[in-house]
Amino acid sequence: MENISFKIDGRVCSAEKGQNLIEAAKQNGIFIPTLCHFKHLNPLGTCRVCTVKNNGRTIAGCTVNVEEGIDIEVNTPELLDARKAILEMMFVEGNHFCPSCEKSGDCQMQNLGYETGIRFTRFPHLFVDRIVDARPERIVVNQNRCIKCKRCIEEVRTNDGHRVFNFTHRGNNTVVGIDYEQEAKLSETQAEHAMHICPTGSILVKGKTFGKPFGDRQFDFGPEGKMIPLKEVKKHKTTNKKKRIATTSLAGCFGCHMSMLDVDLGLLDLLEVVEFNKSPITDIKTFTERCDIGLIEGGCCNTHNIEVLREFRKNCDILVSVGECAIWGGLPAIRNTVPLEDCLKEAYLNSMTSEKGETIIPNHEDIPKILNKVYSNREVVEIDYHIPGCPPNANHIWNVVKHILFEEEYSIAYPEFKYD
Amino acid sequence: MDRTQLLNKLWEYQQQFGYISNQAILEISKLLNVSNIEIESVISFYHFFHKTPTGKHLIYLNNSIISEFKGFDEVKTTFEKETGCTFNEPGNNEFTLLETSCIGLNDQEPAALINFQPFTDLTPKKVKLIIQKIKNGENVKDFCSKTISKIRFTPKNDKTVIFRNYRMGESLQQMQKFSPQQIIAKISKSKVQGCGGAFFPTGYKWQSCRNNEDDAKYIICNADEGEPGTFKDRALLQHLPGLLFEGMTIAGYATGAKEGIIYLRAEYFFILPELEALLQEFRNKNYLGKNILGINNFEFNIRIQMGAGSYVCGAASALIESLEGRRGEPPVRTHSATKHGYLQKPTVVNNVETLCYAARIIELGEDFFLNIGTPESPGTKLISISGDVAKPGIYEIEYGTSIRDLLGIEMSQATSPYFVQVSGPSGECINNTEFDRKICREDILCGGAFMVFNRNRDILQVLRNFMEFFKEESCGVCTPCRAGNYILTEKIKKIQRGLCAQEDVDEMKQWGKIIKLTSRCGLGKSSANTVTMAVDKFKDYFNVKIAPSNFNKTVEFDMEDAIHEFDSIIKETQL
Repeated sequence: MENISFKIDGRVCSAEKGQNLIEAAKQNGIFIPTLCHFKHLNPLGTCRVCTVKNNGRTIAGCTVNVEEGIDIEVNTPELLDARKAILEMMFVEGNHFCPSCEKSGDCQMQNLGYETGIRFTRFPHLFVDRIVDARPERIVVNQNRCIKCKRCIEEVRTNDGHRVFNFTHRGNNTVVGIDYEQEAKLSETQAEHAMHICPTGSILVKGKTFGKPFGDRQFDFGPEGKMIPLKEVKKHKTTNKKKRIATTSLAGCFGCHMSMLDVDLGLLDLLEVVEFNKSPITDIKTFTERCDIGLIEGGCCNTHNIEVLREFRKNCDILVSVGECAIWGGLPAIRNTVPLEDCLKEAYLNSMTSEKGETIIPNHEDIPKILNKVYSNREVVEIDYHIPGCPPNANHIWNVVKHILFEEEYSIAYPEFKYD
Repeated sequence: MDRTQLLNKLWEYQQQFGYISNQAILEISKLLNVSNIEIESVISFYHFFHKTPTGKHLIYLNNSIISEFKGFDEVKTTFEKETGCTFNEPGNNEFTLLETSCIGLNDQEPAALINFQPFTDLTPKKVKLIIQKIKNGENVKDFCSKTISKIRFTPKNDKTVIFRNYRMGESLQQMQKFSPQQIIAKISKSKVQGCGGAFFPTGYKWQSCRNNEDDAKYIICNADEGEPGTFKDRALLQHLPGLLFEGMTIAGYATGAKEGIIYLRAEYFFILPELEALLQEFRNKNYLGKNILGINNFEFNIRIQMGAGSYVCGAASALIESLEGRRGEPPVRTHSATKHGYLQKPTVVNNVETLCYAARIIELGEDFFLNIGTPESPGTKLISISGDVAKPGIYEIEYGTSIRDLLGIEMSQATSPYFVQVSGPSGECINNTEFDRKICREDILCGGAFMVFNRNRDILQVLRNFMEFFKEESCGVCTPCRAGNYILTEKIKKIQRGLCAQEDVDEMKQWGKIIKLTSRCGLGKSSANTVTMAVDKFKDYFNVKIAPSNFNKTVEFDMEDAIHEFDSIIKETQL
């Protein structure tokens, strides 16, 4: 085979002529993230995460075969941002509730979220109602998580060569359809193969979903010693001797507050340098002084949440969304794909514990009104920083707070940056 | 059965039963020896195929922006009232009502297809009458509209190329005086470019197809004119179909192809009988078939393949996929169609208009053509003008004509034009400071659609209509186009609700650029064009949209809107 040389971001690389760019880059120690590209599968070119520039023209990296002298750009600011944007599009297009997903920790898309440092998505979540199909013999297909990478369509076939999956519909309604008749012909091994090649948790084999415990999952630990710098956080200058912090839990479970308490003995040091104002920890109900930093757990599901959040914005210099619910709605937002009326009826009229013949949905001027959907905090007020996780790791929270308040540099260890 | 016959087979079922049943899918998948899901995937890709029963009368009402501005809403409600059905739902035994994107009748909006027969310039009164007639048992074929577009303008001083006298076989007579290579030389010299909107040099395409030796080659005529606002190909198919056939034959002669396929969009079913009749006449006169005009061993035939409702199939690579009986997803391109095209054979895909020009160039000589237009784009161009103009219709203009002239008293007679959309939603928008720009390669090219909007039209409504079109017509394969166009549509809706901060406008532009940068095919690469351009070109308009209190704000939240639903549910349940 003929060897050729080409350039990636100005660096001279060598590879076999005609080799796939993703593979060729890997051999030269350059990582081009991709979700649809898979070993022997023809270039699918569907996910577009691997978008690069080839002699100045943007193209999906997985569709490029290297040739002598080509000039590839991979990590320019524009491309890095575009790549992140595409992943964000995937997150908002589907319904990716990482904390409740069987594939969490083994999910390639989630991992790329960590790699690209996505804390929140710039796009609003679409919350399209999608089905979970348990009708197939061996597998369950959860359309909420499908990113339409086409891997299963091209790869999974029965012994007679028939396809089991294929796209149906088009546009934003495109889904991966399942042929039940063909699916029934799959062997256990073939079904598991389908689950493994799925880059997200869309295809699961019945009875084999939760494979590994926390800590043993594929992406629980990143490359050894890899740190995520906190360069996007602006430092806060203040003359206060003792920094003031306020916290609240909106539509959340208080799990993030529990995680804050996990700072543990550090809390004693903490109390030397900061004081808590309005917070469930102090039980101070209203702001008594202006605060340096406000930590918000949970999103907004009712009018009271909105009022509290606005009050925090008014009284805090820096506002931080803590945890998945605060960042984009999180688990409470599972209701966003269901009409409000159905939610209320299910909760108050038709639930197992409601009285027979119940017709009244509670309503009183003292009770906050339920919003039409759960809103993320950044849809309501300006948020300065986001700490992902469900709950976020205590060190993550503590380092961010320290980074903002005290003029020192901190970064986050890779395993402390998680969506679950 | 051969997979290339799949669309035809599906059409058979669709036309006979009004839908394609599971039983039918089973039968077809057995014939092709593929899984059912593969047939289903094709059916659900095309807008005009249905998997559930439809009424005896299938009504497709066009929802393009021109239609919206010319009374779409009233016409829609009248249809619903008269038939007792709701749009985009299964309907009843008699009627099914569906919205559809541009059906190539933009000069006669609002327009609808009823069992694929055209009904144009609809008004509530007209709709009432139509439904009454249908209920009385009349056949829609007997009282459908005449759709033939008016040719409003042709260049003077013998500069008209297309809409001049046509005598059947004239260009073929000229053709036989030259060798295939000479024909290509003439086409190349004339600099004629692809008129579908890509403006690729036709001569180069033909040459490269000729150079690729193979046992079979194909000439495909792209008559899938789906760009909203374009109807010039329909006009050609109605006015001068013979010229197209001759153009294809010349292309076959020049490249060595023996088979021509016209991929006709399903919206133009109503032209099919005339085209078939004329094809027969061509065959009878030996303008098609074996030894055409007595040229030894020159054989060429044309067949017509009906599309089934998909905009993206207007892109050559997706069109070939569709012809081969698959979803019209533009494939990852490793070779050009002139090398591995239809059935992996060398293929030329040319637009209707391009092939007509080719015939005229051979007939009139390339020098005649080169004397018209501008140095970079010689000749003329067909433009379909619609919108706020007194004279919507087809214009044959010399390249180099200014937009101001097009809008002026001599031509379309626009009334206070403000926003002009050139080349349809995937093209560019023009504001009134740019009216002196000229239609030509040196300045701005126009694929055919030219939509004019006056000062009273809401730009956001235009943008939203365009984005919803792309959201619907995206093939769904790549993320930025499938999700991005949806996200952008939602953004426009948010701004329309009055929740607009400066950041929203900026984001609209940034997000549009990302979609453009990363999409897989031309659809995604151009879908956000108009949005990103409009933000810059109509700053005054957008500045008014941003509430003064929001100038420095980045977030706007509407509490009223968020609790409205709860209030109305509670109201109903408290009694």
